[in-house]
Amino acid sequence: MDQLFNRKYIVQGLFIVIALILLGKLFYIQVISDKAFVSAESNVLRKIYKYPARGAILDRNMKVIVQNEPVYDLMVTPNEVKPFDTLALAKALDISFEDVRKNLRKARGKSSYQATPFLKQISVQSYARLQETLYRFPGFRTQDRTIRHYPDSVGGQLFGYVKEVSPLDIEKSEGFYKPGDYKGKSGLEFSYEETLRGEKGVINTVYDAHNTPQGSYADGKYDINAVSGERLISGIDMRIQKLGEELMKNKVGAIVAIEPSSGEILSLVSSPGYDPNLLVGRNQGNNYMEFIVGNPYRPSLVRPIMGYYPPGSSFKPVDALIALQEGVIDPNTTFFCPHYYQAGNRKIKCEHFDGSIALRRGIARSCNTYFCYVFQKLITKNGMKNQRQTYQEWRDKVAKFGFGSKLDIDMPYERKGYFYTADHYDKIYGKRWGYTNVISQAIGQGEITATPLQMANAMAIIANRGYYIKPHLIKGIGDKNLVKKEYVVKNYVGVDAQHFEPVIDGMQDAVNSSWGTAILSQIPDILLCGKTGTVQNPHGKNHSVFIGFAPRDNPKIAIAVIVENAGFGSTYAAPIASYMIEKYLKGTVTGARAAQAEWMKNQNLLPVLKDKTAAVKLTKADSLLIKKADSTKRIKDSLRIKSAIIKQTVTTKPKELKTVVIDKPVTQK
Amino acid sequence: MQQQQGNRFFFNVDWITVLIYIALCAIGFTNIYASIYNPDKAGVFDFTSSYGKQLIYVITGLILGLSILLFDGRLFNVFAPFIYGMTILLLIVVLFVGRNVGGNQAWIPIGSFRLQPSEFAKFGTALLLARYVSTFNPKFRDIKSIMIAAAIVLAPLLLIMLQPDTGSALVFLAFMFPLYREGLSGYFLLIFLGMIVLFIADFLVPTYILILIITIIAGLFIYNNRRKQKVIFSTVLVTVIAIAYLFVVKIAYEKVLAPHQRSRIELMLGLKTDNKGAGYNVIQSQIAIGSGQATGRGFLQGTQTKYGYVPEQSTDFIFSTIGEEWGFMGCSVVIGLYIFLLLRLINLAERQRSTFSRVYGYSVACILFFHVFINIGMTIGIIPVIGIPLPLISYGGSSLWSFTILLFIFLKLDSNRMGFI
Repeated sequence: MDQLFNRKYIVQGLFIVIALILLGKLFYIQVISDKAFVSAESNVLRKIYKYPARGAILDRNMKVIVQNEPVYDLMVTPNEVKPFDTLALAKALDISFEDVRKNLRKARGKSSYQATPFLKQISVQSYARLQETLYRFPGFRTQDRTIRHYPDSVGGQLFGYVKEVSPLDIEKSEGFYKPGDYKGKSGLEFSYEETLRGEKGVINTVYDAHNTPQGSYADGKYDINAVSGERLISGIDMRIQKLGEELMKNKVGAIVAIEPSSGEILSLVSSPGYDPNLLVGRNQGNNYMEFIVGNPYRPSLVRPIMGYYPPGSSFKPVDALIALQEGVIDPNTTFFCPHYYQAGNRKIKCEHFDGSIALRRGIARSCNTYFCYVFQKLITKNGMKNQRQTYQEWRDKVAKFGFGSKLDIDMPYERKGYFYTADHYDKIYGKRWGYTNVISQAIGQGEITATPLQMANAMAIIANRGYYIKPHLIKGIGDKNLVKKEYVVKNYVGVDAQHFEPVIDGMQDAVNSSWGTAILSQIPDILLCGKTGTVQNPHGKNHSVFIGFAPRDNPKIAIAVIVENAGFGSTYAAPIASYMIEKYLKGTVTGARAAQAEWMKNQNLLPVLKDKTAAVKLTKADSLLIKKADSTKRIKDSLRIKSAIIKQTVTTKPKELKTVVIDKPVTQK
Repeated sequence: MQQQQGNRFFFNVDWITVLIYIALCAIGFTNIYASIYNPDKAGVFDFTSSYGKQLIYVITGLILGLSILLFDGRLFNVFAPFIYGMTILLLIVVLFVGRNVGGNQAWIPIGSFRLQPSEFAKFGTALLLARYVSTFNPKFRDIKSIMIAAAIVLAPLLLIMLQPDTGSALVFLAFMFPLYREGLSGYFLLIFLGMIVLFIADFLVPTYILILIITIIAGLFIYNNRRKQKVIFSTVLVTVIAIAYLFVVKIAYEKVLAPHQRSRIELMLGLKTDNKGAGYNVIQSQIAIGSGQATGRGFLQGTQTKYGYVPEQSTDFIFSTIGEEWGFMGCSVVIGLYIFLLLRLINLAERQRSTFSRVYGYSVACILFFHVFINIGMTIGIIPVIGIPLPLISYGGSSLWSFTILLFIFLKLDSNRMGFI
């Protein structure tokens, strides 16, 4: 053996080292990393999704109020497309020649070998026409879908709308939603999305490198059938919902009606409303811009749960109840009303002449002086030195009625209203402040604001004599008619049942006695108890408010009606409430009142629109433009008002809102 | 030497190598079958299909190999120059009459078969090189013997470059190792390695930094050997050449290499990504191999290979089928078989009495090694795409037969190891 023999080991060593390098890389890509495995799956697998039908929604009388309609998306796989008669396709789809080419270009930009939408939501009629000629357009296929249909064309804000998911939705859902999926974006469609959406089905198909389908993957082992969404039963009574929207036509405001015993919402009207069918189908985007964003009265503001209104006189019954519970008054306590109430250097006016007045008449006549005295007694009952502490205690008691916090309605974007704690006033007035500083709260003015829902809920509490169930729209989910746990719990407000009767007496008189404030809204054979409110609005006509419930014994409906800039509560809000109640209880508005209701429907009370910039700065209580009605702001506002006055304000005439009727597609049986 | 009459031809044949040979051919056939498997047309003996043809190649290859064992081993020594001359001639002929397949003028059509002379040039060169070394016994200390050996190797290499078939030409660099074994200085290997390292580094690191690094290393080296004038002189020379090389490479890279070759190199170095064009093969091949995971998807279950995602599935990228269907275990078995074969060939070569047999044995082992390393390295993305087959496994008659001839000549020489000088 020569000395070169050792070189054998160098050569053999090299072989082994190289083999180990190869094995090392193989070990990495095969065993450690699963990137390749995932890529391999996406190479061969194409998922075809089957979209489930969304769950239907029924009203309390089991009438279908939200349903589905079949539509079809035309999908295109660009590299399967062969030259075709563009004009014929354009004709079949009822779109322009340029649109066909534009859509095709767009689809090519997305993916050349995956089916992408060419034209979304083709109606049944177009689909029928297209189906006959589809064979002439290789590379195109249709994808079944369903879209929403709202048979009554009311309740736009209530139901919300469904829209294709945005990239943000997809990201937030951590991969649950895929591009092309639909999702409820507001209203009930949003809050019950998980129940309504159902489960998407998927069919896995294997494709070869030439994008030719090679059949089902793993014999369909991983395929999933689409599962339709579950149906919902809502507490809404479509009859009064519809009547409510008609009554509120060309008015700005809200109606909330609740069944006190269950907390089920019977009607939730936000005005101006819109036809939810506008936000369905291919014109969704355009309609949204035109009718929702483009409407200066902001239909996108769901006033029943988002609008802030000072409750005004309708707050007085709550005041009285707490005073009775605290024992600072009894039903026979009288106060002398000299036509005003003097609080420090502020004078609060009263609009009637009654002299000495007790609780029942105080409520029926809506006496400001009476309730200022009540408030004064409430806050000073522990001595003048402890007013701050007593205010806080009072505030907490009122808060139990649902003011100043959300009621957790099953709709998104509910707001809680302003109802300040003692701390807040410390910031404004320092340590030394008393009832005179906050006296306006006695009559529901000033810094307290509430949503119509909170006002209706307060009525439900009085109707129930002391408790409420959280108001909710859906009373049955799915076939088992489940209801959310929180919607069966009775929430007691800490006022004993016996204290309610004197207050209810006053509310009964307000509507049913000759000296009441709402005597024009009496309903034959039904004892309506209520309270009007005329909410001061420094920037226009007062808001007209009415809250009430009926019948007095075993109440079936509690209601709050607010008509913005409509003046006295007794003129608009109270009659509207009475028509709603009568319709609900009797099934129809009877006698001469039917004609009055018709007259009401035709009233145009749309407020004059100010120049937008000025309006934003000037308005405080006006829910058209939500604005903090807050004491600190007030000072700033006064400065702004001055500067705004210098600016020229442009006013426009209120326009009659057009009722929009869209052609409803004929549903195929 | 007493031999039984009937056993004379096969006496002393290393049957273990033959078994590995058969095993690798079987693996090749199985995976070619799998790579073009079509459930609707599943006959194994369909001779119009690739696997049917491969079956014919394997059988004829085996017959060819066994018949080589019938020759007298001495003939190969005697006829080495003639065989070499023939293959050179074929390489020249193919440039004129060859059929152009895939951009390479590499095939001579003979009837329905196509002959690829570059495959046969390998054993021609190996034989002549062995003959030269065994006859003149040069120790490669002088320039002349190095030049002669280089000429023997470079003649076919350059002819193949003209086709142009860079991949097959590169394989001829494998002859460095037998020459190294016979006395060529290890510096040649180091210089070669250094050239490759500098070539790659030239792409990844700015040139001026490389120059700085080289200069610093040289400076330290000179400082350590500051008493030895000769070392200082050669170090300076090497440094200057290395720096010049950096610039030459950059220019040569732009001017000499074809665009597709440049992009393959850039892809391998990770300087660019290209999922659709030149990078498609490598990415798909890696996806297929990687998706096999530890144990593979199972025979005929590979989706990537079955549905044609990897181009050149049955020829150059056959390893991706193995990787996908048999996983890391299957890959390890195949690489293990090759390494076992290579190490055994080296051991066999070392036990030869005759220099001719030893040099030839080394050549066979190193050619196989280059093929295996480059081919598998290419499919898993550690070497740029160089289209050469995986020995005995890839589809193709020329390749299979040339490896058979290469191997069985050595087996014959080995069986005669006691017989002659």
